[in-house]
Amino acid sequence: MKNNYSVFSLIKNAFSYHENWQRAWKDPAPKKEYDTVIVGGGGHGLATAYYLAKKHNMKNIAVVEKGWIGGGNTGRNTTIIRSNYLWDASAGLYDHALKIWEGLSQELNYNVMFSQRGVMNLAHNLQDVRDLKRRTHANRLNGIDAVYLSTEEVKKFCPIINTSPDIRYPVLGGTLQRRAGTARHDAVAWGYARGADEMGVDIIQNCEVKGIRRKGDSVEGIETTKGFIKTKKVGVVAAGHSSVIANMAGLRLPLESKPLQALVSEPVKPIIDTVVMSNAVHAYVSQSDKGELVIGAGTDDYVSYTQKGSHQIVEGTLNAILELYPIFSRMRMLRQWGGIVDICPDASPILSKTSVKGLYFNCGWGTGGFKATPGSGDLFAHTIANDEPHKLNAAFNLNRFVSGDLVDEHGAAAVAH
Amino acid sequence: MFVINCPYCGERDQQEFKAGGEAHIERPKQPTELSDDEWAEYLFMRKNIKGIQFERWNHAHGCRKWFNMVRDTSNDEIKLIYKMGERPPSE
Repeated sequence: MKNNYSVFSLIKNAFSYHENWQRAWKDPAPKKEYDTVIVGGGGHGLATAYYLAKKHNMKNIAVVEKGWIGGGNTGRNTTIIRSNYLWDASAGLYDHALKIWEGLSQELNYNVMFSQRGVMNLAHNLQDVRDLKRRTHANRLNGIDAVYLSTEEVKKFCPIINTSPDIRYPVLGGTLQRRAGTARHDAVAWGYARGADEMGVDIIQNCEVKGIRRKGDSVEGIETTKGFIKTKKVGVVAAGHSSVIANMAGLRLPLESKPLQALVSEPVKPIIDTVVMSNAVHAYVSQSDKGELVIGAGTDDYVSYTQKGSHQIVEGTLNAILELYPIFSRMRMLRQWGGIVDICPDASPILSKTSVKGLYFNCGWGTGGFKATPGSGDLFAHTIANDEPHKLNAAFNLNRFVSGDLVDEHGAAAVAH
Repeated sequence: MFVINCPYCGERDQQEFKAGGEAHIERPKQPTELSDDEWAEYLFMRKNIKGIQFERWNHAHGCRKWFNMVRDTSNDEIKLIYKMGERPPSE
C-alpha cells in the first residue's frame, strides 16, 4: 500500500531530511508469463497499464521499457496540452484526454502540475485567418472552448508579442483555448508508474524487446534482453520505434520516424504566462515553472533514429521567435535536444488491433502525443481489454489506410507537422 | 545534419537537399487490377528501417536532380550514393 502524498507527509519527511520517502515503484524481475505486456514505458504505455488495472480489473500486467521510464519522448516534448483539433474524430479523442487531465493530479495523488494557462494560435496571412476561424467554429460545434481573437485582443492577452503591421509575417489574429495549457511531463510518467505499480503492474526497465514470437496468427510472447516472456496480448506503445517492433512481428506500418527538436533558454522571471503557437512561421513558446522559455522546433524531413536534428531547423524557429518577440533578443539558450517522432501520412495516431491476434499498436502520434497521454492510455486499455476499439478511437484504426477513411489533420490541427 | 556527395555537383550541405523517402517502390504496372490492400501497401506502408535504408534524395537547391542513397538511419552515416535507374546494390 502506498503512503498518500500530502502537505503533512511533506512536513513529516522534512524532519528526516527527505531520506525516508517510500519507493514510488518497485524494480521487479520479469515473471515467466503475463496476461498482457505493454511495450514501452513512456507516458502512454504507463497510462495504458494503469487503466487496464484500474478500469478493466486486469491483474497480471507488465510494462517493459528498454531504457528508463519517461526517458524517451515523454521527457523530451514541450508539454503543450490542447484539444482544438478540426475534425470530429480528433476533437473527440483529444478532448477526452483534456477532460482526464483536469482531474488527473487528484486521481493519481501525484501533482502533474497541470496548468490551464491557455494556448493561443496565431494567424499570419489571409488563409491562416480563414482556417483558424473555420477551426474555431468546428471546435465550438464539438463543445470545445475556442474563441477567435483580433490582433488587438492577441496583444492584450500576450503583451510581449510584436503585432506591428510592418514585420515580415504580421499577426492578423489568433485563436485561444483557455482550458488548454501545460503539465509537468516527468511527473505524468512518474505518477502513472506509481499508480500502476500500486495496483500490481510490473514495471521492468532496461528490458529491450528483441522479437515477437507468433504462433500462426496469434501472439505467443516476446523475446527480450531479460529472456522470453509468455503472453497472449501485447500492446506496443513504442513511439518512434513502433516500426522496428512491427517489423519483428512481420507487419508494416504507415509510419516514418523523424527527429523533432526542442530547446530551452536560461531561466528568467515570469514574462509569458500562456502558450503561444504559430504554425506559419513555426514558433512555439511557453515558460516553464523554473523560468526557462520552452521552445518547440520542427522535424527534419528525412528518416532518422539519432535523436538529434539539423541546426538550420532550430535556426529557422529562433528567427521566427525573435521577430515575434523582440524582447527575447538577448536570451541565451541553455539546452537543445531531439526526440524521434513517428508520423502517419494523415498526421493522426493509430490506436488499433492488427492482423495478428493479440497484437495491438498505439503509435503515430507524431509531433503531438503528450497532450493525449491520459486519453490514449484509457482508450488503448479499452481496446486491449475488450479486443474492440472504444467509439472514441474507432476512427483511428489501421484499416483506414486501406479504406481511405483518413483523419487528415495535416495543416488542420493548428500545427505544422 | 550531414554532408551529401551529390553525384552531379559533389559535396554539399544536407540543407540543400530534399529527402524523398524510401527508394525502389515501384508504381503498380496494372493500377486498375489493384485491390485496396495493395493500394494501401503501395501508397502508405513503409519499412521505416532503423539501420541500413535505401532512399531517394533530390538536390532541390542545386542541380535539382534525383538520386538514390544508402544510409544508416541509426547514425546518419551515408554508405553509398548511386544514380536513379541503377539497381540497388545487394547487402
